[in-house]
Amino acid sequence: MRKFILISLVSLTLISMFYSCQTAETVQKDAYYVNGRDLYIKHCQNCHGAKGEGLGALTPPLTDSVFMKANKEKLACIIKNGLSAPVTVHGQVYEGKMPEFNLANIDLAQVIVYITNAFGHQQGMYTNQQVENDLKNCK
Amino acid sequence: MRPQSTLICAILLAVMLFASSCQQERKLPIYGLRDTKTVKNSDGTAGVDTIYQTIPAFKFLNQDSVYITNEHFKDKVYIADFFFTSCTSICPIMHRNLKMVSEKFKDNPDVMFLSHTIDFKYDTPSVLKKYAQKLGVDGPKWQFVYGPKDSVYTLAEKSYLVAVNVDSTNRDGYVHQGYLVLIDKDRRIRGAYDGTNPEQVAQLEKDIPVLLAEGKK
Ligand code: HEC
Repeated sequence: MRKFILISLVSLTLISMFYSCQTAETVQKDAYYVNGRDLYIKHCQNCHGAKGEGLGALTPPLTDSVFMKANKEKLACIIKNGLSAPVTVHGQVYEGKMPEFNLANIDLAQVIVYITNAFGHQQGMYTNQQVENDLKNCK
Repeated sequence: MRPQSTLICAILLAVMLFASSCQQERKLPIYGLRDTKTVKNSDGTAGVDTIYQTIPAFKFLNQDSVYITNEHFKDKVYIADFFFTSCTSICPIMHRNLKMVSEKFKDNPDVMFLSHTIDFKYDTPSVLKKYAQKLGVDGPKWQFVYGPKDSVYTLAEKSYLVAVNVDSTNRDGYVHQGYLVLIDKDRRIRGAYDGTNPEQVAQLEKDIPVLLAEGKK
């Protein structure tokens, strides 16, 4: 009987640790998401639209989940340095020019958490550390 | 019918008639400077006429490299604005909103759109053509025009009352106001709406039919 109580206690602690960890991460993600939304409204919404719908053939939408997943490691570079190479989004080629945004890593992380979890995406957390790593590989 | 109910009916009818005669039609104001002029009435007496500020004659190249003048907008109501294609701040919002307005009136030939570029260096007709196509509004209804700096800037500030400027400290190189200016069939300014403000754009959408109805009488 003692053994049983002990095992249950240990597993209970482990489970609750696991869950509290997860909620801590969700809480952080939610905070990033909210701040990221403000940054998005300030810097990006004029071109990409309130729903990430883009603008005609001038600005691509941010709603292509395949693009967002495949290019997740490039997002920090795209935002920091701008983009003028043609991109294919939802099967359409865009040949526009996006200006560079000299944002701090924390702001980049927040805006990326927003655009990869809004507009129908659900890619979860993206940290400052990941921004730092991804920026090292900008072309 | 009893006399009492006849009386009530009569009163009701009178009230209704009175209320409907009181209801005035909405009329848009006329903006800009105004002047007066003495005129001779048909019976030989002298009278005074108000002269309103109007958009003067202009001639610009459009996105198809064809000259566009006031003749193009004869007997039409049109919405004018000032922008440039490489603008990264307010122009995308203005044109996102104006595109929605243009879609609402796409079947009405009496409503037109006129966008002037203030980037006299880069926005040649072929650049404007590409822009119009990409925005998805390339057609006779929405004209994109290019002209020398002096004529466009003077027209903007003196006639449409929209501030535009070259500004080397701005990252885009130009600054300007985002007004959508509503012009009537007599070339007068009847409204100016901030093209980045959804409520004002909605007001523009409501004011266009009012202006169109005015011309019908
Ligand atoms: C001045 C308009 C403009 C602004 C402001 C702008 N973008 Fe862009 N963006 C573009 C254009 C144009 C492209 C396509 C560039 C090309 O064709 O090479 C693009 C491409 C992108 C792409 C890759 C293609 C896609 O649609 O997924 C991402 C991601 C992106 N932008 C995110 C952002 C974020 C985040 C911000 C705000 C920090 C932002 N953009 C601000 C115009 C803009």
